[in-house]
Amino acid sequence: MAAERGVAAEALVGQVVLPGDLLLLPAHYSEDAEGERLRLSAGAAPQARLLCGPGLRRSGAGLLVTKCGLLRHRPAGGGAYWVDSQQKRYVPVKGDHVIGIVTIKAGDVFRLDVGGSEPASLSYLAFEGATKRNRPNVQVGDLVYGQFVVANKDMEPEMVCIDSSGKSSGMGVIGQDGFLFKVSLGLIRKLLAPKCEIIQELSQLYPFELVLGMNGRIWVKAKTIQQTLIIVNILEACEYMTAEQRKQALAKLSGN
Amino acid sequence: SVSPGDTSVLAGLYGPAEAKVSKELPDRAALEVLLRPKVGLPGVMERSREQLLRQTCEAVVLGVLHPRTAISLVLQVLSDAGSLLSCCLNAACMALLDAGLPLAALFCGVTCALQPDGTILLDPTARQEQEARAILTFAIASSERKVLMANTKGSCSVEEMQQCLAAAQRAADTIFGFYRDSVRRRYSKS
Repeated sequence: MAAERGVAAEALVGQVVLPGDLLLLPAHYSEDAEGERLRLSAGAAPQARLLCGPGLRRSGAGLLVTKCGLLRHRPAGGGAYWVDSQQKRYVPVKGDHVIGIVTIKAGDVFRLDVGGSEPASLSYLAFEGATKRNRPNVQVGDLVYGQFVVANKDMEPEMVCIDSSGKSSGMGVIGQDGFLFKVSLGLIRKLLAPKCEIIQELSQLYPFELVLGMNGRIWVKAKTIQQTLIIVNILEACEYMTAEQRKQALAKLSGN
Repeated sequence: SVSPGDTSVLAGLYGPAEAKVSKELPDRAALEVLLRPKVGLPGVMERSREQLLRQTCEAVVLGVLHPRTAISLVLQVLSDAGSLLSCCLNAACMALLDAGLPLAALFCGVTCALQPDGTILLDPTARQEQEARAILTFAIASSERKVLMANTKGSCSVEEMQQCLAAAQRAADTIFGFYRDSVRRRYSKS
């Protein structure tokens, strides 16, 4: 039983880890905290700090796994470890781009349902080119694509539709028509990866507009309703299909 | 759904979701367990089992990461052929794992039946439970096999309880191996 406590983190990269597993870090990371205080004129370059990502918590000398999933590691910039887990429930995180549905318009602030435990708030001034006289045209029931500027466990999440320089860069109210549906968070991350095969294959089938929210929501719009529904069905099924099955399904559709 | 032998329980976990103002806790998540029997309305036995499950789950779930939210665990008994409480514990743990809630450790449930002649039976059937002198259910955590919950029905001596506990801790290894295999199978597909 003592041997189970503390397995080296590098040994488990790419494998399944369960909550309660303790990962040990290589020695030079744990020295860092004390070393920085004692080193006054050593001249040695400061050690880069290790980033502890989602699914892991620092505990003593190592990292405690809190979610089940595959352990991943990125060696760049000091190194980062995180757990790739599948879940459907979204927890707001600062900086995430999400699709929200406007539920209440209360004076100067809109309340949006983002699929988390609390509705997020969005000020009417947080749109590009919005002033007190020039209010944005947002109604209850509209879809809004924005990013979180405040999102922690203690406060209500706040969203904005402009980035730090004041430009909208694709955010704002999503237009009419189209279809909104929910998938698991793991599929969204797969679709957002650069050069995603699924999106490339689908774009050869029909032209369409796609908005992906990190809260598991996808909005699709194609030329006709039938094409839209076909794309929706393929994206929903992508979670469980292997690459082969997907290529077969698309070949059947483009043949029709 | 988890089914050792013929006992089968279906578990569903919802959360962290918005909590009613009367039920929300300012510093941690409010965990609620609902146990529905196969026939009839939930009675006093179900309520006491719900409380046992709730306290076990609260010990492992990192509720401080989601204050002012509600986590609901709903368990439906599909068939009961003995060892129901440990089956519910295993189903609850798998539901917590599947939903991606942050956990400090895993837990599993093991039932021991103490026969009149002193032998220990693990995961007894309904008939063996009736003939036994005492039935002990333990919830054992994955970190150093600590005991999270112990429930006893009947009478036994302290040494017998220690022996049952040791047997349960050994059996817990098998169950944790099963959790690891099912998680591996799930992640091998994607």
